[in-house]
Amino acid sequence: MQWETVIGLEVHTQLTTRSKIFSGASTAFGAEPNTQACAVDLALPGVLPVLNRGAVERAIKFGLAIGAKLNRINVFARKNYFYPDLPKGYQISQYELPIVEAGELPIQVGDATKVIRITRAHLEEDAGKSLHEDFHGMTGIDLNRAGTPLLEIVSEPDMRSAKEAVAYAKALHNLVTWIGICDGNMQEGSFRVDANVSVRPVGQQAFGTRREIKNLNSFRFLEQAIDYEVRWQIEQLEDGHTIQQATVLFDPDTGETRMMRTKEEAHDYRYFPDPDLLPVRLDDDLIAQMQAELPELPQAKQARYQADWGLSAYDAGTLTGARALAEYFETVVETLTKATLTRNPLPEGEADKAAARLRESAKLAANWVMGELSGTLNRDGLDIADSRIGPASLAALLGRIQDGTLSGKLAKEVFAAMWAGEGEADAIIEARGLKQLSDSGEIEKIIDAVLAANAKSVEEFRAGKDKAFNALVGQVMKASQGRANPAQVNALLKKKLAG
Amino acid sequence: MLNHSLRQLASLLAEGKASSVELCTDYLDRIEALNRQLNAFITVDRAKTLLEARAADARRAQGEAGPLTGIPVAHKDIFCAEGWLTTCGSKMLANFVSPYDAHIISRFKAAGMPCLGKTNMDEFAMGSSNETSYFGPVKNPWDLKAVPGGSSGGAAACVAARLAPAATGTDTGGSIRQPAALCGITGLKPTYGVCSRYGMIAFASSLDQAGPMALSAEDCALLMNVMAGFDERDSTSLQRAAEDYARDLDKPLTGLKIGLPREFFGQGMAPDVARAVEAAIAEYRKLGAQTVEVSLPNMHLSVPVYYVLAPAEASSNLSRFDGVRYGHRAADYSDLTDMYERTRAEGFGAEVKRRILIGTYVLSHGYYDAYYLQAQKLRRLIARDFAEAFQQCDVILGPTAPTTAFDLGAKNADPVQMYLSDIYTIAVNLAGLPGMSLPCGFGDDGRPIGLQLIGNYFAEARMLNVAHQYQLATDWHTRQPRLGG
Repeated sequence: MQWETVIGLEVHTQLTTRSKIFSGASTAFGAEPNTQACAVDLALPGVLPVLNRGAVERAIKFGLAIGAKLNRINVFARKNYFYPDLPKGYQISQYELPIVEAGELPIQVGDATKVIRITRAHLEEDAGKSLHEDFHGMTGIDLNRAGTPLLEIVSEPDMRSAKEAVAYAKALHNLVTWIGICDGNMQEGSFRVDANVSVRPVGQQAFGTRREIKNLNSFRFLEQAIDYEVRWQIEQLEDGHTIQQATVLFDPDTGETRMMRTKEEAHDYRYFPDPDLLPVRLDDDLIAQMQAELPELPQAKQARYQADWGLSAYDAGTLTGARALAEYFETVVETLTKATLTRNPLPEGEADKAAARLRESAKLAANWVMGELSGTLNRDGLDIADSRIGPASLAALLGRIQDGTLSGKLAKEVFAAMWAGEGEADAIIEARGLKQLSDSGEIEKIIDAVLAANAKSVEEFRAGKDKAFNALVGQVMKASQGRANPAQVNALLKKKLAG
Repeated sequence: MLNHSLRQLASLLAEGKASSVELCTDYLDRIEALNRQLNAFITVDRAKTLLEARAADARRAQGEAGPLTGIPVAHKDIFCAEGWLTTCGSKMLANFVSPYDAHIISRFKAAGMPCLGKTNMDEFAMGSSNETSYFGPVKNPWDLKAVPGGSSGGAAACVAARLAPAATGTDTGGSIRQPAALCGITGLKPTYGVCSRYGMIAFASSLDQAGPMALSAEDCALLMNVMAGFDERDSTSLQRAAEDYARDLDKPLTGLKIGLPREFFGQGMAPDVARAVEAAIAEYRKLGAQTVEVSLPNMHLSVPVYYVLAPAEASSNLSRFDGVRYGHRAADYSDLTDMYERTRAEGFGAEVKRRILIGTYVLSHGYYDAYYLQAQKLRRLIARDFAEAFQQCDVILGPTAPTTAFDLGAKNADPVQMYLSDIYTIAVNLAGLPGMSLPCGFGDDGRPIGLQLIGNYFAEARMLNVAHQYQLATDWHTRQPRLGG
């Protein structure tokens, strides 16, 4: 039988507020246990929650960024259950009236764009941590994380493969970091994914029974866990078993999921509106202010890169994969374009050529940012923000390609020198004498010498071996120490050999 | 001095005729002599109180005294007070020393009013007789066989017995007014949101409200000036301009329209209570007030609605008492669930458990709509009844409790009978309105009777005026129980 996978994700994003969602304690990561838990976080008798406005503002921004409906009145409820790291015996969360409902997030799957629907996003507080090691048969409780603001983002079951789930998770991760509501640090738990996974025979309308994989904290684990879970479910069904609704955990060491609890063991959370908190009212001014604070979103940038700068969908998608990357790229393009105009102003009446120049610069910048720069960053394990070459410096280097000073090959050498901290492009070109040789007379002299010294290759070429031509080009480039303009070498060499 | 009003005590202090240390010492001596009989206090700490008294005297010496600086107050043991044992009348918190001050406590500290001790109360404020306290029942100073009412029974008894010039209480369904009535003192429950709930251990968050308990309406007005005010740490605290609750005390009552709800004067009220309330109405007519019959048609639903909503909130509010971070923890347990179960089984008394069970039930899947949601709808109807009644009158008047104080143990076997002793007070909490109780006579058994006034939202000053004028014309509030010892 052919099976179809159905996946929906619930993502807990930690919001970037300095203080907790219902108390004034700090949210900074990594402090000594229980040093960032105040009376409210410890749930001392008599304490009360007060909502952090910053958390609401961030949720509004998210809602606006996914074109969602913002509930003008939204309500905090209590989710009641006992656990040692849940100090109040209930979690304050939004239940019936969440702040954000019904939004959309487009994702790129291969060449196609697919829209994933987002059911809701609601504000809630995080729990503390239970520490089971180092306490000799006891459990330690760290309440530093208790009360950290979370926005839980729940998608519709719109994904059909682990790849799509990862694409969605990445797009969401990009969006929440892009608009600055979450730092996206997955190791520290700022972006945690639960995946609801089920399978059904292809063509069947009804969903299969789902199992929820909890707390996946990397994209790789997300993919591995779903792949394993899907194989497991299909195997069960093909063996004639049924799937029981359950919550499972993924073990990265074995690559397997294992049962945590079944639906029968599920809690009755006894939700009811929290009488300590008033319903949250969003007014037009606040929403307008949040709208004004939103930066240009990845979708809009992507569209603009394609329409105005002539980039492919793939390039535009890659370059908008993170806000810092897109901003770096745009600075390179802008600096490069300005420099070109200064060096080589457009003649009167030829303003239409501006667009063509811009596209040329954008393409060159895109190739370098996605190629040499990204490759080097990856190699050194650095973020774009930590790049050793700033966008203006890269633009200066690319300007030397555009004006014919450097070949692509020489430019890479200069790039490497810049990365090594040897200075700006022009200084390196000067110091190393890397200026491209574009003087036809000079190049011809070198060609003549090469032809004279490589009679055998010339023979072979004349006998029809095209490879011999490349060998000759290589010799010329070598003789010029790589400085000769390759296009000119090609043209002149052809002319000589034909003559 | 024991019968002095707060204004009289303030004059003594201002004129240098007494110091706060002397005043506190007198009350502490009296507590030492009489508390064994009454059990009104859970914690008394002479050294701590006198430290605060000395600070108050020093403040006065520096010319920085406020109107009530130096006058001590007894605080219900539901208010967290830094460095004080704060038990809420429960074994669960029998070892809990609060590391912080409730907003109300910090207001009294700011006013320079020393804490005289922490008063006994029904466990987690759940009870109408003060018999559910882990620290034993409080006795009614008028008759040691009788209950003082609850849950602020210790507060009411200590003021009635002149062990404290004033006390704080909290009122979720009548917990200030009913014990005030049963002990023959004056108590006020303000409009919901007027006094911050921060640091007041929660019973039912949407109903809980702190208020003053004292010998007279005038004293309550002065205490309200200390207690009321916005607190950003309580999201249900109301941001309003400060007011002087004593400003209208002396206004004549000519033209006052008093609403008498038909539903208050039917069956259920004991004849001696009815006679005292009728006499009070006659007194008001003499003072120039008119009476008008009003109706609160959904009044009969208030007890059942309350016993859905209050336990629902309580079941969740009391979840934090789990033995993990503070308070009682069972000595022996096999695993986490066992620790929770034993801790809570040992730490909570029967009435608290009963309400946690009711609350858990009404919030459970499949019952929520039928109970909790339905009760919320009825709550709105009850509030609307009051709104309509206040179209026709300025204050509503009736009995505070259906009978005088009952005997200790009399209603323990039947929780519903116990719940019905709050039948006249509960609706006021459901509507969030201010209400008060003032003495208006004595029953056939010689025990006090309380008159209840209910005001419109924020009409505390008017209500206090109505009570004060009555107290100028009568002397019920000055009567003092005779205590041996």
